[in-house]
Amino acid sequence: MNVNLIDIMSLPFMQRALLGALITGLIAPSLGIYLVQRRMSLIGDGIGHIALTGVGVGLLTGTSPVLTAIGVSALGAVAVELIRERGRTSGDIALAILFYGGIAGGVFLVGLAPGKGSANLTSYLFGSLLTTSATDLVTIAILGACVLAVTVGLRPWLFAICQDEEYAKVSGLPVRALNLLLAVMTAVTVTVAMRSVGLLLVSALMVVPVAAAQLVSRGFGGTMTLAMLGGVISAGAGILVSAGYDTAPGATIVLAAIALFMLVAAVGTALRRRRRAEPAPATACDPPECVLDS
Amino acid sequence: MNADGGNPPVLEIKHGAVAYDRPVLRDVNLTVRSGEVVAVLGANGSGKSTMIRAGLGLVPLAEGQVELFGVPLPRFRQWKRIGYVPQRLGAGGGVPATVGEVVSSGRLARRGFPGLLRGDDRQAVARALAAVDLTDRAGDPVASLSGGQQQRTLIARALAGEPDLLVLDEPTAGVDAKSQEAFAQALRDFVRHGGTVLLVAHELGPLQPVITRAVVVHDGVIAHDGAVPHPAGHHAEPGHDHVHPHAPQDPPSIWGRE
Repeated sequence: MNVNLIDIMSLPFMQRALLGALITGLIAPSLGIYLVQRRMSLIGDGIGHIALTGVGVGLLTGTSPVLTAIGVSALGAVAVELIRERGRTSGDIALAILFYGGIAGGVFLVGLAPGKGSANLTSYLFGSLLTTSATDLVTIAILGACVLAVTVGLRPWLFAICQDEEYAKVSGLPVRALNLLLAVMTAVTVTVAMRSVGLLLVSALMVVPVAAAQLVSRGFGGTMTLAMLGGVISAGAGILVSAGYDTAPGATIVLAAIALFMLVAAVGTALRRRRRAEPAPATACDPPECVLDS
Repeated sequence: MNADGGNPPVLEIKHGAVAYDRPVLRDVNLTVRSGEVVAVLGANGSGKSTMIRAGLGLVPLAEGQVELFGVPLPRFRQWKRIGYVPQRLGAGGGVPATVGEVVSSGRLARRGFPGLLRGDDRQAVARALAAVDLTDRAGDPVASLSGGQQQRTLIARALAGEPDLLVLDEPTAGVDAKSQEAFAQALRDFVRHGGTVLLVAHELGPLQPVITRAVVVHDGVIAHDGAVPHPAGHHAEPGHDHVHPHAPQDPPSIWGRE
């Protein structure tokens, strides 16, 4: 199987698939960390639903589905952000209508498009890495660079608005503009990930590496770095496994990310247990963790 | 501007009214002048937190207006002059953040957008951490700190921005005595360097000597504005948080061994 795998990975389309997957694995957690911090882990999933309507519009009008997906999902993400900003309880229902409307609209429009069957729909729902063309790869790279410029370049500001939005307001930060920027970048990330893991599994690659990273990290910057590393490892491992066993790359990447999470959780638990079992080191010279005062 | 013979006002609420479902504040007038240390006192639900939050524009006024440093709130842009300390750290979604990261976000009002963290930013963060006695915890996740230490982290975040006015929402609620002392010291230093303070408190504790004026809010209106009310024996009050250190415990075994 090893020789086989090397043969497979020497094929240009597999190399493009690997590169596309690695870019997705890098950028999805860098954005997902802000969603997780806001307790909006599942929002990526919802934006993915909305993006499907964009795909439908693209297929129906004969324009690039990636571009229309970005446009429609960006509009959807802005709507989600405005609903969040209001903070009403009825917002929950509004989100449900938006998300299911998005996926239903997509399926409906794809059905109207001439000569586009359900096979085409599946490739957007679950990814179609193996058909990534050189042009697709350029698009993915450019969009990925935009996302990274925002998520890494503006980290202190985005951290501030996600950590404590009121404090950010009193600091005079352009909170609303930053929130909308984050929403639009969520839409862009979803669209990039649509090619690799598909719209239904986008959220996993945004959230699972972050969940794994925060099991072992101490700070926000550290979590972000580890999550991006975890995303890249999952994407790479997922592609190799899918090439070896001829499984769907998107689903395999997501399973690899979940396996990584479970591995980190298990190792972390074992380490903690061992630390507890060991006799405590001489505490005489260490300052106590906390002191109870009267 | 100085008609009252005092320093220029840094925060002014004129005929402020706030209503959610029912009126929370009614025709409130408050002027905090430069150099003052004003404590807003009142029972839970009296509207005292709402008042200072309205003063910062975090709660919209139904009527009246707010001026910060003599500028009406809608036109106010010099946010770097204000340091805000909320009641508690937002829980976040479980993504860890270090004390240093949280305190560093206090520099954002002074940093260019987007700009790099410069040397003077780092120095200000280090000074703020030292002022609340948390320098050695800078690399620790805030979630691992005690409530009092988390509160001090938030105060350091506000101090890191080198503000002229500190606005604090119940900074001493549920805070251990050591943190209260560290906080009172940080506040004294801030005032000595010419800072102005507006704080909401349930009880003053070690802050008492620092306060220059007290405003008591009762049922949405200002019931008292002037001298600090004499403490009515806080130690006797049921709300007084009295914590005992736990002695090294060796519970007697039921088997009678040892």
